[in-house]
Amino acid sequence: MEETNKIEETTNKDEQTSTQKIGIYLWIWLLLFVLSFFSYMVDWYQFQGMLRWSLILFFMFLKAGLIMAFFMHLFWERYALVNVLLWPMTAIACFIFLMTAEFKYTLFSRFFYFVVGGA
Amino acid sequence: MSEQKIDGFELKPGFKGMASDTGSDQTMFKGVHWGKAMMWIFLLSDTFVFSCFLISYMKGRGSTIVDWPNTSEVFSLHVGSVPVPLLLIAIMTFVLITSSGTMALAVKYGYEKNRKMCGWLILATAVGGLTFVGMQVFEWSKLIHEGVRPWGNPFGASQFGSFFFMITGFHGFHVSIGVIFLFIYTYKVFAGHYESKKRGWFTKMKGDYVEIEILGLYWHFVDLVWVFIFAFFYLW
Repeated sequence: MEETNKIEETTNKDEQTSTQKIGIYLWIWLLLFVLSFFSYMVDWYQFQGMLRWSLILFFMFLKAGLIMAFFMHLFWERYALVNVLLWPMTAIACFIFLMTAEFKYTLFSRFFYFVVGGA
Repeated sequence: MSEQKIDGFELKPGFKGMASDTGSDQTMFKGVHWGKAMMWIFLLSDTFVFSCFLISYMKGRGSTIVDWPNTSEVFSLHVGSVPVPLLLIAIMTFVLITSSGTMALAVKYGYEKNRKMCGWLILATAVGGLTFVGMQVFEWSKLIHEGVRPWGNPFGASQFGSFFFMITGFHGFHVSIGVIFLFIYTYKVFAGHYESKKRGWFTKMKGDYVEIEILGLYWHFVDLVWVFIFAFFYLW
């Protein structure tokens, strides 16, 4: 009993850290549901080609951005932290660029030697 | 979320603030709990791990001369006799987003020292995560039954299985670890460890509701990774 009393005592309004309003979390939550629904619809209606890929990427980046900015609080963090986290992503972009060149070369080699039969 | 005031130091906004924070000959991340900074650094390294998996998947899928399996057929579920494409995956996505939302609210209520609300929301998050892992087990066993193996499958390019098991398996492992910690923290919150100032994890410092935000960062990251897996592996 003594411990529960202690818990109630410290549940004091003065000690509260100020937080964001609940509405912003609920809005982001709703938006994430809607965006997920849209990206599912991309498959449902069997969009193909550039339209499919651009829609998938658009919804993906929007969802990722919302989660990072609001659920993970990056929108409210100081730039010293935000920049340390976001700049390394350019390394990943470089890696994607390099590996795109690599898979095209591998694909070419496979066609050339396995399908065409070499020179 | 960093509103702490530091005596004798002016917290400037924006890039000016970044320059003065970084060059201040003190702690660099002003007002950020050390545990939170460490969690962010860990998540950054984890981002690189998942990026390497997804990039190797891109390379593998891009360089095969055999057709890639049609994911919306492979991952379809039969409702009655009608196949619904990606049904299970869509439900899994919604479950994970739901649990992410409850986690975000748990962090908010934790900072407001609303112990019970915070505890129930963490418990709800844990149940959501458990549901997700359960559905993933179902998905894996279904595919294994249909003959999908890391070295081959009946639907198309033989690399499909190895990428599928590696990427979703590593993500599922993250979710499982998260669920274990969510249950531990449900206990810690309900037991009032943050009100009675019990010591935190791996430290002699006193526990605080900031630990819930750190836990939340991990959980949102798991959701974040799923956004990319959903887009690149299932929808592409």
